[in-house]
Parts: sequence; C-alpha cells; structure tokens
Amino acid sequence: MTLLTQTLSLPRLTLRGISKQYPGCLANDDIHLDIAPAEIHALLGENGAGKSTLMKVIYGLVKPDSGELLWDGLPIEVKDPAHARKMGIGMVFQHFSLFETLTVTENIALALGDDAGELEALATKIRTVSERYGMAINPDREIHTLSVGERQRVEIVRCLVQNIKLLILDEPTSVLTPQEVETLFVTLRQLAEEGCSILFISHKLNEVKALCHKATVLRAGKVSGECIPAEEDTTSMAKLMVGDDTPVSTTYPKKLGSSPLLTITALDLPSDDPFGVHLRNINLTVNAGEIVGIAGVAGNGQEELLASLSGEHLCRDGKTIRFAETEVGKLPPDKRRQWGLAFVPEERLGRGAVPEMSLTENALLTGYLTGMVSKGMVAWNKAEAFADDIIQQYKVKAAGRNAQADSLSGGNLQKFIIGREIMQNPKILIAAHPTWGVDIGAATAIHKALIQLRDQGAAILVVSEDIDELFLISDRIGAICDGALSPFKPTPESSIQELGRMMAGDFSQSTSEGSASQ
Amino acid sequence: MDIDLITNILYAMIRTGTPLLIVAMGELICEKSGVLNLGQEGMMLMGAVVGFIVTLLSGSLLLGFLLAMVAGVLMSLIFGLITMELSANQVATGLALTIFGTGLSAFVGSDFVGKPIAGLDPIHIPVLTDLPIIGRMLFGQDLVVYLSFLLFAAVYWFINYSRPGLVLKAVGENPHAANAIGLPVMRTRYLAIIFGGAMAGLAGGYLSLAYTPLWAENMTAGRGWIALALVVFASWKVERVLLGAWLFGLASILHLVFQGLGFSVSPNLLAMLPYLATIVVLVILSSNQSRSRLVAPMSLGNPFYAKS
Amino acid sequence: MIKLEPRGERSTTMAYLSPLLAAFLTMLTGAILFTVLGIDPVDALITILYVPISDTHGIAELCVKTAPILLCAIGLSVVFKAKIWNIGAEGQLLMGGLFGSFIALQLIEAEGFWVLPLVLIAGVIGGMFWAGIAAILKVRFNTNEILTTIMMNYIALNILLWAVHGPLKDPEGYNFPESALFGDASLLPILIEGTRVNFGIALALLAVVAVWVLMSRSFYGFQIKVMGMDAGAARLSGFKEKRLTYFALLLSGGLAGLAGVGEVTGPIGQLIPQISPGYGYAAIIVAFLGRLHPVGILFASLLMALLYMGGEMAQISLGLPLALTGLFQGMLLFYLLACDVLIAFRIRLKPKKAKTLQPLATETQG
Repeated sequence: MTLLTQTLSLPRLTLRGISKQYPGCLANDDIHLDIAPAEIHALLGENGAGKSTLMKVIYGLVKPDSGELLWDGLPIEVKDPAHARKMGIGMVFQHFSLFETLTVTENIALALGDDAGELEALATKIRTVSERYGMAINPDREIHTLSVGERQRVEIVRCLVQNIKLLILDEPTSVLTPQEVETLFVTLRQLAEEGCSILFISHKLNEVKALCHKATVLRAGKVSGECIPAEEDTTSMAKLMVGDDTPVSTTYPKKLGSSPLLTITALDLPSDDPFGVHLRNINLTVNAGEIVGIAGVAGNGQEELLASLSGEHLCRDGKTIRFAETEVGKLPPDKRRQWGLAFVPEERLGRGAVPEMSLTENALLTGYLTGMVSKGMVAWNKAEAFADDIIQQYKVKAAGRNAQADSLSGGNLQKFIIGREIMQNPKILIAAHPTWGVDIGAATAIHKALIQLRDQGAAILVVSEDIDELFLISDRIGAICDGALSPFKPTPESSIQELGRMMAGDFSQSTSEGSASQ
Repeated sequence: MDIDLITNILYAMIRTGTPLLIVAMGELICEKSGVLNLGQEGMMLMGAVVGFIVTLLSGSLLLGFLLAMVAGVLMSLIFGLITMELSANQVATGLALTIFGTGLSAFVGSDFVGKPIAGLDPIHIPVLTDLPIIGRMLFGQDLVVYLSFLLFAAVYWFINYSRPGLVLKAVGENPHAANAIGLPVMRTRYLAIIFGGAMAGLAGGYLSLAYTPLWAENMTAGRGWIALALVVFASWKVERVLLGAWLFGLASILHLVFQGLGFSVSPNLLAMLPYLATIVVLVILSSNQSRSRLVAPMSLGNPFYAKS
Repeated sequence: MIKLEPRGERSTTMAYLSPLLAAFLTMLTGAILFTVLGIDPVDALITILYVPISDTHGIAELCVKTAPILLCAIGLSVVFKAKIWNIGAEGQLLMGGLFGSFIALQLIEAEGFWVLPLVLIAGVIGGMFWAGIAAILKVRFNTNEILTTIMMNYIALNILLWAVHGPLKDPEGYNFPESALFGDASLLPILIEGTRVNFGIALALLAVVAVWVLMSRSFYGFQIKVMGMDAGAARLSGFKEKRLTYFALLLSGGLAGLAGVGEVTGPIGQLIPQISPGYGYAAIIVAFLGRLHPVGILFASLLMALLYMGGEMAQISLGLPLALTGLFQGMLLFYLLACDVLIAFRIRLKPKKAKTLQPLATETQG
C-alpha cells in the first residue's frame, strides 16, 4: 500500500538538467520539468525555443548531451521510440509519422511491433478504442484517403491502443478547425481523468489556458518560467515566451479597396497529383489596397489554388484568372511576374530560396526581371546591390550577401524572401503561410511590411492555417475546404466560430452579401 | 516455323530471362526500401568472374555460385557504406559501383578469358522433357531456373503477406516516419541492399557458369541496366517482374526467331533489340506521370540521415 | 570511436581537397595492390604516373588523349549541374564519330577548307541527335534519362559495328571491319609538327572557356544551376524547365559528338569499331572529380588521360592487364564520393563513454 501511495505522489516523468547542443545552436540548456499522473502539462515556447528537441529526448529520438530522466521516480535511459512505447509513452507528431499507401490497421501494427498480433483483432481493437474516446475511424482505410484531422486521430489512437501513461502532442491544434480543437480537448480531458499524463506542446496561449493544469515556458533553449495557466493572463505568459523587450500584441487598421486587381472567375481545375485536391468553382476578387485572407486546414486545395495563381499550374481558360483586365490564366510564371505579381511560397527553402545558393543568387532568382540581366548575361553587381538592399531594409541577420540561404534562421530567411518580393514593387502579392515557423519578432516585421505594401495600393492575398494571424492582418476573410471557397466578408463582421464552420465546409450560415467578389 | 523451333524458342526465352528475373528481384526489394542501386551491372560482373574462377579452380559449381553471391554482397556493402554511413548520392555511388565492378572484374578475370569449364547442365526427365513445345521450357531447364521460380514465390509472399515486408514498404515510403515510430530504417535498408547484392551475384554467376559457361569481359552486356528498367516496367509489382523478365528474354533471342523464319538481318542490328525494347517499354510506362508517382516507392533515391 | 559530426555549413576547403585526397587514396590502394601482386609499388606507380609523360612525345600523347575526355566531361558538367543524369556521353561520342565518318567518306576526294568544318559539324549533329532523343523521351514522356542514355550507348555501339561491317566498310579493305582512310581535307590539322597533337585539343580548350562563361556569367547558366539544385524554385520563378533540359542535353551531346568526330578525323583517321576505350564513361568520373567546374575538369581530364596511358604502360612493362585503368577509375570515383562526406561533416575522435548505451546511434548515423 505504501508503495502505491508513493507511486501516486511521485511525478510520472521528471527531467533533470537536460542539455542538447547542435552545431551552432544550444537547443536545450539545463531543462527541469515534472509531470504528475493525470496532469495536462503545457510546454510553451516560440518556434525555435527548443520544444521539439526536448520532446524528442523524452521519446528516445534524440540523445541528450547531459541530464537525466526519471520515470515514476526511477532514473531511466530511453533507448529508442520502441523502448519509449514499451514504457507507456506515446507521441503524436506535428508532421505525422504515417504511411500514405498503407491502411490504418497496417500503420498501427507497424508502430506496435511484435505486440500487434493478428491484424483482424487489432482492427477490432482500433474500432473500440477510437469510439470510446469519440474519435471514430475506419481501420481499413488507406491513409491517403483521410483528411488531416482524421490522420491526427489515427496518430492518437495509435498511442491509445496500448497501455499509455504519458501522451505527448506536438502542436496538435495547428492542423484542426476550431470545432475540431474542442473535440480534441474533450478527448484529452477524458484521458487525463483516467490517469494518463499529457504533455501538450504549443505556442497558442488561449489553448493552453483553456486546457492545461500547469505550464513550463521555454525561451531560447532555457526554462524561462513555470505557471498555472488558469491563474495567469495571456500577456504575462506571452512575456515569459518572448521576453520583455518584444511587443506581444499589435493591431492594424482595417481597409477595404474597390478596384479589383486579382479576379478569379469560375475556376475549375483538376489536380495532376493522385493525392491532390481538385479546385471547384473558385470565385474571388482581391482589390487594390486590401489584404484578403484564406483560412483552411492543410490539404484542402491551398497548394493547388496557389499553383494556379503563380502560373505553375496553367488554367485551360485564360479568362478564369485576371490581373486587372489582363487575362493571365494561361500565362507562365515569368509573364505573370512581368505584369507585377510577387509570390511568397510556403516552402522557403526549396521554391522560395535555393538552399545552397548565396543570398545574391537568391536575389537574382526572382529579381531577374528588374534589369539584372542584359543580353543574356547577368549583371552580378546589380544583383549584389539588390541583395544588400534587402538585407539592410528588412534587417535580415546574415553573414552578408554571400551567405548561403540555408545558413539563415527561418525568420531571417522569410524576411529576406518577403523583402525580395516587396522591393520589386508588386501590384499583386500572394503569400502562403507568411509567418509559419518564425519567431514573433520576425512575424511582426513581416506583418508590418505587408500592411505597408497594402497601404501603397497593392492587392494582397494571404493563405494561412493560423487563424489568429488572418484575423490580425486580413481586411476580408474566408476559408477553403475541399477545393471550394467559402463566401468572404470583412474581417470585423466575421468570427472565429463562423470561420471554423467554413473551414469544415459548412458555408451555409453566411449572410446574404455572399462572395466578396460581388 | 516448325515445332522444334518453337520448343527451342520457349526454352531459351525462360533461360535467357532467368538472370534478369533474379537480379530484378534483388533490385525490387532494394528499391522497395527506398534505395536505388544503379550498380547492378558491376555486382553482376563480379559475381560472374568470381563464380567462374572459383569453379574453374575448385571444380565445384556449388562453391562457384555461393562465392558469386558473396562477391555480389561484398560489392553491395561498399555501396551501402558509402550511401548510408557517408550519405553519398545514390545515383553517383551506383554508377561508381558499376564502373568499379567493370574494371575489377576485367582485372581479376584477365587470365581466365576463354578458358573452358563444365557448366551447369539442364535436367532431363524422360517423357516430360521430350514433350513437344512445352517440354524443354518447363521440364528441361537447369536447377537455377527452378530456383528462380522459388525465389519469385518467396519474394511475392514476403512483400504482400509478411510483417518484415510491411516494414520494408514503410521504410521505403517514409523513412523519417519509420524512424520516428521506432522501425529500424538503417538495418532494413542494409538488408535490402545486401539481398540485392546477393541476387546480382547469383545472376552474374548464372551467366558465367550456366548460360554461357565461360568468362569474357563485360559479359553481362547491360543486363543489370535492363533489370533496372524491368523494375520500372513492372511498376514495382513482383508478378509483373516475372512477366517482364521472360518478355525481355524473348526479345534477347529474337535472332533465333528471325533465323527460323529465314530472314537474314545483320546480327549487330538484332543485338540492339533488347535495348530498344527497354526504351520503348520505359516510354510507355513512364508517360503517365501521376501514375508512376503512385506506384514508385516514395522515398526512392533519397538518403536518410537521422539526427541523434 | 570515430564519429561524424555535422559541420553546420559546407566546407569549401574540403570541396577542393576531397578530389586530391581521393587521388592520393587511389594511389595508396594501388600501391598496396601492387605489393600484394609482388610488384614493387614505387616502381609501378612511377611506370603508370610518370614514365608515360617523361618525354615530349609522351606529353604530346597526353594532349591527344585529353581532348576527347575533356570535351565529353565539360559537356557533362552542364547537364550534371542541371541534375540530368546523362550517362550517354559514350554513345553520343560514337554517334558523332559515325556521322562525321559518313560525311568524311562522301567527301573522300574533296578538297578545300570547307570539308573539315562540314565533317566536324556532322559529328556534332550526330552527338546532338543521340542526346536529343534522350531529351525528347525525358521531356515528353517523362522517361528516366539514366536508363535511356545507357540503353542508347549499347544501341550506338551496335549501329557503329553494323556500319563498319556493312555500309561503311572499305570495299578494298580485305574485309576488315574498317572504313577507308579519310581524305586529307577531312583530317584535323596537326598543331605541333612531329607529334600527333592536333586541333582537337584547341577545340576542347575553347569549349572549356565557353562553358565557363555560360555557367558563371550567363543567365541561362544560372537557370540551369537553379533547376538542378531546386526544381521547385526554378518553376516558381518562371524558368523554362523543358527548354533548359533540351539545351543542356543537346549541348553535352554535341560536345561528346565533337569528341567522337575529333577521334576519327584526328589520331585515327578512319572509322573503326574501337573509336573509344570508354572515354564517355571516364568523362563521368572526370566531371565529378573536377567538381563540375571548368578548371577542375581540365586537371581531372589530364589525370584521366594519364591513367589511360599508364594502364597501357603497365601492360607493356609490368605485364598487368589493361583493365587496370578501369579499376583505378572506379576506385577514384568511390574514394571521391567517400571523401565528399568531409564537406558536410567533420571527423571527431571521441573516447567511448562507458555509461552511454547507444544501440540506436549505430543505426542512425547515416
């Protein structure tokens, strides 16, 4: 009996002085952390604060340079993920660790190893467990037929079919609609009540406040504070995350334009990719001097829509996409750029910038239409000057214009790319997930640059999975779901709940004003 | 065309397709794990020369075949070490393996060119083997041909029904996810590479010990490359590799058919046919881009490096 | 315990040192091999690497052998930059030789300054034609160029054999598979009297300079590099992927074709079955060894030509098989690929920690 009470009072997991050094970056610096049984514990921090490294340490994917882990009070070395699983640790990855061409059952069987047993028995178990926690999934479906939300369910159920004591979730809400987030929280609370510890990794303060019992905040690899989220306000937690000198909240005045610069009319576009989404009857207008935001869960046609706008995927009918009065649907990317389009893709290394090329070369990459090439020869001095200008005006931290793109941090590279596009004075700017994975300082700088460009009269279209960001910078807002666009309305007239419904494909509740293009 | 000719063509088709089938099975497993080893030709040549020399010196065909496989495995291990431990580019390393194997096999085999050995004989079952048309094709082959049938069945079962086969496919599709859930990515890929090496060695040994029992420089004549094309042709499906290997076997012996039909065509032009057929098949199979994306192992050719 | 540790960024020093290290390791392995074979390693290495070029005649021969390798390799450097794996320089070289020979044989009696350019252009067209087929197959049908170019090497060889055994055979040649000797007007002029050094090496050096300008100064070259490093970025920036693919393949095919016609109109003087002892394949190694950079390729070509001569010398004076050249070529490429790991990683000697259990570490160091 004493042993049992002792076990109950002990933390399930204790981290003592965990440190991990990567070349050029101390990812974890002397981290201490306790998680009790039945506790939902938040690990808060900005991108790059060291959250991912720490949870990989717990899951046995990364070996710490120093420090120790205690499991139920006893020191232990987690050898590898299989060992972690045996101990009762389950993990839901941000980028799912699922195999597209295999079925749900096969995926789960792979993770269970020799414990999987017969596939049919496992399928039955999957059905039972998933229904019990309100996350029904069909075990026979292949992963590539599932939506992102359903894939996350598979990841969670994969942890639940075994005896689980600690569930780690890495930014689980970033791929969900607000309504799906609510459902997930219900499941997590139910799990915690049954005694499972949960480590919830996030940078979204309101979610942490709504769900977690305790929080540990990381900044630049160190623990910057601990708190009980329910007793704090979001500003104080934000200060712990970003430090005192970074402004944590800003608002921008909203504006509406009236002269259309980008018009999409009845765009139907089947995808070439077997796993892709077909675009269905897309209608949208973006006016000069406004920012239009498109929300949506990943994989609902954002990539396809963006590719049709950039010119990577040409339309069959030129009229479906127009820049002002020019029909561009059948024009290739360089012709669209010539007209005045700038484009910030989602992948900043690869597409946005060539990783192994210098910043000068990457400046030339899209800047070549601004007089850097004459008679087929590159005027390298002009490209260098352009790169220097970008670095200076957008405060890009880099070892100079000769630095390789992949040597920059995500935030600095994104500032460089945004700067490169904006400094070409575009009439239309399309940006995909402009602040994905960057720190708050860089995000604020990027938002300000976009607002400034808007005020100069450009039409801006932003596609993002971050609803908070869209509400912050968009003048009009809507959602994409399964290749179709919801009606758009001025941002102040919309709400997170309404947008969430639209992200889930329920466009019916909208008011009579209809598509913003009218 | 008389009956005898048809009988002989069918017999030769299977026989000629056998080394292709064996090496393609090895490459299929290798590619299923996400590793593209372009060194098949080099591994086959090493298998051929080692098998030949060993048999010539020891008089034992069995020992010859075994050491041919060992030679293939050793070659594949060089590839494995360079691509996996040193994360070198798979395409360049595979090419290097072929160039190296071509040079090394010619070097060690230079004293053995044109020497005769007693090769592996076809079996003869009274009555059955003498059946018209299918007799020699089905009942008059040598043991390795029958072994290749077994190999096919084993690989078919392994990929479609076994748990290690599931792991193999998972590793080939997404090695990072596989690593994240604790699957042994490196071990799986090593084993796949080694299996590929063993099969290439065996196929090479078959050429120098059974098909044309002698050693000549470059005697594989591009079969390793054709096998690579065969895997694409088969859309990474085991049963289609079998079909493809025999079809290519037929393409390689078309000169027999032409002779039988009484055409006189330059032997040099006829010798082009298997290569030409390979290109034609590749064109037909590859032209549908989205389809080939669906069937090829998704991580094929991509190195895997886990930070630890 | 030896441990590889990521450097964080690529080391330019190692990028230059790695080929030298690879050459050194190849020599070292060669020395060990000779010792095992009972040959004095120093003597053998001198025979292979020094004796062939120890006199002016040798240096002249080095130039003769360098020309075709350099032409093929400099062309390959462009396609490889675009990450197009043209393994078909050998076949393109053979087709260049065949096309050139065909024209040269038509003009066997002709005289005039126009004959040679015509023959050379025919050779270039032959190489471009052969590479162009691979380009069409890649662009239009999405066919893997590694496999098609390899297959086309075998096809080209067979077409060449058919030609010398059939239509292009010298009717007065006692049935040998050889064409008639070309007319003087079709032959490349000798640059240095008394040697075999011909205009081919000048053409090759010209090609090196042209490719250098193309890749470092022109926007076309920049686009090719971007396409190779990051096809997504190239597409998004509006670079014409198909046009660049055609351009790169035709350029490398044309240069390989020039190498082929340069052989038949230069040192050989007629069409024979053995135009090339694998120059097209050797050029692949040269391109990598030279880091795809014109200067590097120039030096690597000289080394490769020397290896060919050294192999012949070893056969004559040491009684070693001619295949020695191929063996050294393969080793060189292997060592290069292995040494290249040092560009992105550094070697750390670490005392093995007694306490740490690292069952995964051995599996995950990739």
